Amino acid sequence: MTDFKLPSLGADMDQGKLLEWKVKPGDAVRRGQVVALVDTSKAAVELEIWHDGVVQELITKPGETIPVGTVMARLAAPGEAVATALRRPASPAARKRAHELDVDIEKVAGTGPHGAVTLEDIDKAAVKPAAAAAPDRQAEMRKAIAAAMSRSKREIPHYYLSEAIPLHRALDHLARANAARPVTGRVLIGALQLKAVALTLRQFPDLNGFWRDGAFRSGAGIHVGVAISLRQGGLVAPAIHDVDRLGLEELMRALADLVKRARAGSLRSSEMSDPTITVTALGEQGVEAVFGVIYPPQVALVGFGRIAERALAEDGALRAAPVVTATLSGDHRASDGHRGARFLAALREQLQRPEEL
Amino acid sequence: MKPEELKAQVLKLLTTIAPELDATSLRADRPLRNQVDLDSMDWLNFLVALHERLKVDIPEADYGKLATLEQLLAYLKEKLPG
Repeated sequence: MTDFKLPSLGADMDQGKLLEWKVKPGDAVRRGQVVALVDTSKAAVELEIWHDGVVQELITKPGETIPVGTVMARLAAPGEAVATALRRPASPAARKRAHELDVDIEKVAGTGPHGAVTLEDIDKAAVKPAAAAAPDRQAEMRKAIAAAMSRSKREIPHYYLSEAIPLHRALDHLARANAARPVTGRVLIGALQLKAVALTLRQFPDLNGFWRDGAFRSGAGIHVGVAISLRQGGLVAPAIHDVDRLGLEELMRALADLVKRARAGSLRSSEMSDPTITVTALGEQGVEAVFGVIYPPQVALVGFGRIAERALAEDGALRAAPVVTATLSGDHRASDGHRGARFLAALREQLQRPEEL
Repeated sequence: MKPEELKAQVLKLLTTIAPELDATSLRADRPLRNQVDLDSMDWLNFLVALHERLKVDIPEADYGKLATLEQLLAYLKEKLPG
């Protein structure tokens, strides 16, 4: 028997409100399956489960707000006998009412003896829950960002580095490749920058991971959190998993999908909880460089500014070339400026070899 | 397609990308992306939407010709049959 607990979906989350179960007792679930929808201050998040098993009991009721770590459900291991009957205990009258009101009785939490579904439960379930209250989402998000960023600046001794990176090779490479792609398959320079960061991080595992309980732990993969501003204000930084192993077109699709879902407020729990580093690109708003605040418990943040034409001296000649300022905010507990400088230099070199990306 | 009809279609697609857009305050002769706050991802999504709705494929090399709503409408008129 295993407990399914409300996971922490980021440093700024301490509770969540269950909106909906996507499974019912008796259902077999597989690792990675979405089992519930939970409202956090930032978005409605699809909770994934991390064990194969059979749902034994749903403890949290839709509409309940619970702290992180609360046991929401119990699972039997595959093959383990499931104690609850697969069919909900309910009176014939309740079943009849459920049928009349078009209520799925298997999804109703029973309040009668032995969890039996009563007539009253059916009537309650038939009343459609009011649309998730959104008006204070913005205020909640502001509070969540305030909490995470205050913690970051209180606990993390940041150091900041910046480096001008010529992008003419990367942009030429991209323009050539995009000319052969239909509009639906076009790749943005942002995707190329993400891939370059991820590939470079392979040689810098000390920048990719978490600072927890007074020690650094490197991430299990390179899961890059992408800072996405929301049109109504605020931002989220959900992860794209294993960015270093994705092809560029695959990465672009993942990025487009993530931005779309972030703005629609529908993200998955694994995306919210496990970024190992964050990348922010504020350049499109016109700033030359961004020195970001690290999202705890991560230990680094890479920023890209505006891509602009600059005078570039290279091989003894002066030319105009598009240049971007890349920055690194590093956690000085986990790494030193020397390592950070080597990282930015390696990133600069990687972006001069776009064919590898 | 009539010019007004084309403009209405384009504004409708823009609104799906930027729901807070107030089309009446949009200046057709000023830079579009700036006014609507379209980042490169929004812009690409807008072009994909145009592609799906109007069956026009706009190459990257032509982005420079599409700075304002006026220019975009003129460009689309050229590209569209009839």
